[in-house]
Amino acid sequence: MTLTSRTVMAAPRQCCCYAGMLLWLSQRGAGAFAPRYRGVKPVSVLMSQARCTQTDTSTKRAVTAQVDLGDSAVPWKAVVGLEIHAQISSNSKLFSRAQVQFAAPPNSLVSFFDASLPGTLPVLNRRCVEAAVMTGLALNCRINRKSLFDRKHYFYADLPAGYQITQQRLPIAVNGTLTYRIKTGKKWNQMATRTVRIKQIQLEQDSGKSLHDEEKSQTLIDLNRAGVGLMELVMEPDMCCGEEAAAAVRELQLILLALGSSQANMSEGQLRVDANISVHRPGESYGVRTEVKNINSARFLAKAIDYEIQRQIEELERGGVILNETRSFDYKLGITMPMRDKEGKQDYRFMPEPNLPPLIVYDSRSLPPSVDPQQVVNIDLIQERLPELPATCRERLVEQYGILPEHSYTLVNEDGLMQFFESVLKVTQVEPKKVVGWVINDLLGHLKLQNLTVKDSRISPSTLAELLTLLENGKISSTVAKQVFQELWEDEGKSPSQIVAEKNLQLITDRKKLEEIINKIMEEHPEEVIQIRKGQKKILNKLIGLVQRATKGQADPVLVKTILEEKLS
Amino acid sequence: MLAPALRHCGIWGSLTKTWALRVTLLSDLPLRRSLRGSVPQLESGGARASKVPQNPTWQMKEKMQPLETPQVTFELIDHLERLALVDFRNQEGVERLAKAIQFADLLQEVNTEGVEPMDSVLEDRCLYLQEDTTLEGNCAEELLKNAKQTVEEYFVAPPGNIPLPRREEQELP
Repeated sequence: MTLTSRTVMAAPRQCCCYAGMLLWLSQRGAGAFAPRYRGVKPVSVLMSQARCTQTDTSTKRAVTAQVDLGDSAVPWKAVVGLEIHAQISSNSKLFSRAQVQFAAPPNSLVSFFDASLPGTLPVLNRRCVEAAVMTGLALNCRINRKSLFDRKHYFYADLPAGYQITQQRLPIAVNGTLTYRIKTGKKWNQMATRTVRIKQIQLEQDSGKSLHDEEKSQTLIDLNRAGVGLMELVMEPDMCCGEEAAAAVRELQLILLALGSSQANMSEGQLRVDANISVHRPGESYGVRTEVKNINSARFLAKAIDYEIQRQIEELERGGVILNETRSFDYKLGITMPMRDKEGKQDYRFMPEPNLPPLIVYDSRSLPPSVDPQQVVNIDLIQERLPELPATCRERLVEQYGILPEHSYTLVNEDGLMQFFESVLKVTQVEPKKVVGWVINDLLGHLKLQNLTVKDSRISPSTLAELLTLLENGKISSTVAKQVFQELWEDEGKSPSQIVAEKNLQLITDRKKLEEIINKIMEEHPEEVIQIRKGQKKILNKLIGLVQRATKGQADPVLVKTILEEKLS
Repeated sequence: MLAPALRHCGIWGSLTKTWALRVTLLSDLPLRRSLRGSVPQLESGGARASKVPQNPTWQMKEKMQPLETPQVTFELIDHLERLALVDFRNQEGVERLAKAIQFADLLQEVNTEGVEPMDSVLEDRCLYLQEDTTLEGNCAEELLKNAKQTVEEYFVAPPGNIPLPRREEQELP
């Protein structure tokens, strides 16, 4: 519900200027105070980090198992609920026609309304309404035909109006669900399906950005982000650990990307997560919750939540109490700490937004006749145009290509990997099952190793297709194929056939040539030959391996085996 | 500055009509009846004269006086000062607040049973939807003219709320 977006998401590009240089020491939120800690990291912090790692590696679902601390026989249960702000992907802002763009020069994307100059009025962006309806439909929500806008008041320098326009009383979408899967074991195929209820989705304005300069004791305000459209998704507390929350957020991210309703890039602040966390003994009522704000990285989401669960349990076991407070996560120290600005109970003085009549959306039946289509949002039309969602996509991949469900997960969850896979299939006859192995093990493996994304891949889908066709047609051995893959990766611009031709890597199928090599190897290893002839067939593999080594993996494995068997029988 | 926003809004033009309608409806309520005198009279001739009366044109009647004077505690003043960012911790300020509360409490006298609360006089109007195109912005210079203090293209504000340091950290020099 709260606007949590005042943190600087990433340093603006104009770092050469004075203001840019201030950023590193002035960023509020995660890491804002890191310089202060230099050299004074307390022992307790080091200990909690160690514990955190332990929590991370544990693959158990329930926190109950992780937090079985010494003396207490009864385990703790943790409850996690998320509030997620997703920036709507639109050209202009929610209530003004100023542009939406990341890292533009400060205050260049600000209209008079965004700066809340007197006399300006909000004008609602149709695209933002459609994006929210689309997201609501994709998350199985009920779309409210009538929703209302409210003002939420609080003072902060990056909120020039002194209030945020949001949807507190009657939001645009309610009662949805998000289904996701998480790993329950060490192996990829040990997975479980979970569902988290979506309480509501509301349209609201983003705030500007504050850059804090502690030394000069001042704050620099950039209103470029002020008024950008957000969807706030409120989830019910149906999760119980950081890992679940991270998996749910990842699935949501994929859904938003598929819909195009948000770019959902956490590092650019397009997806911001606040977590409400409490712990209690099983059978008892929920404990007092804390809110961890501004978790702006997928990597630290699980960590921040697990740290907070652990902290609360320790506090309670020590006989302490949990305060209903807002905390921020410091990713450098891996800990959460209280925030000063939300001390005490907030009084937001919600009131109906007087400048905006109720927002009405229609379906094909309720659509009034002779109405300007530009003025209407039709739910049925949006439903019809809903693109393929990640879950459907995975099912289709499994069904259409006969690949394993866990492979469909990797293909869908890695940005662009499924498109790459399908592009390869378009230009080759090679079986999808074989292609998927190369795409996931070799391509993704190389990308991960160098921290690259699929679109940075040095090998194009058509190149991989050509390589796999060579392998499939028996032109090269699989050992050589891996070698060529490596060469392609290191040396862009050459085709697989070129590399094979230049380096003379074709499969050796010349029987005479292979027989020569085999004879030589048999001479060099008389003992093995005797043992095979005595019936120890397993030793045959050793000789095959030696032949492959002698031919640098280029010998036709089937032919080698046939010749050896003939000679040794 | 105002004109484009108004033009987009569309609903604004006929606002006066709606408002007049509401006033008529409200005039049936007992409170409204005693307030009727506050509707400003149009002055003939003086085209530039304010239509807002300079002094109250009505008085509270005896029977409208609430039974008790509201209690204004220090906690309440503290809370309101924080919310309003206004300093009024003096005799005059507290008296004014008490009077304001007293006046607002009069609303409780109105019988609202079975009446759907009205959010806005525009609530039966269509909400105008605009196409998602860029039409505004690129006026940093003009906006920053209003600012008391700027640094490059930024507004400068006093230091805001920052995370509370850990207790052990606070004691460090």
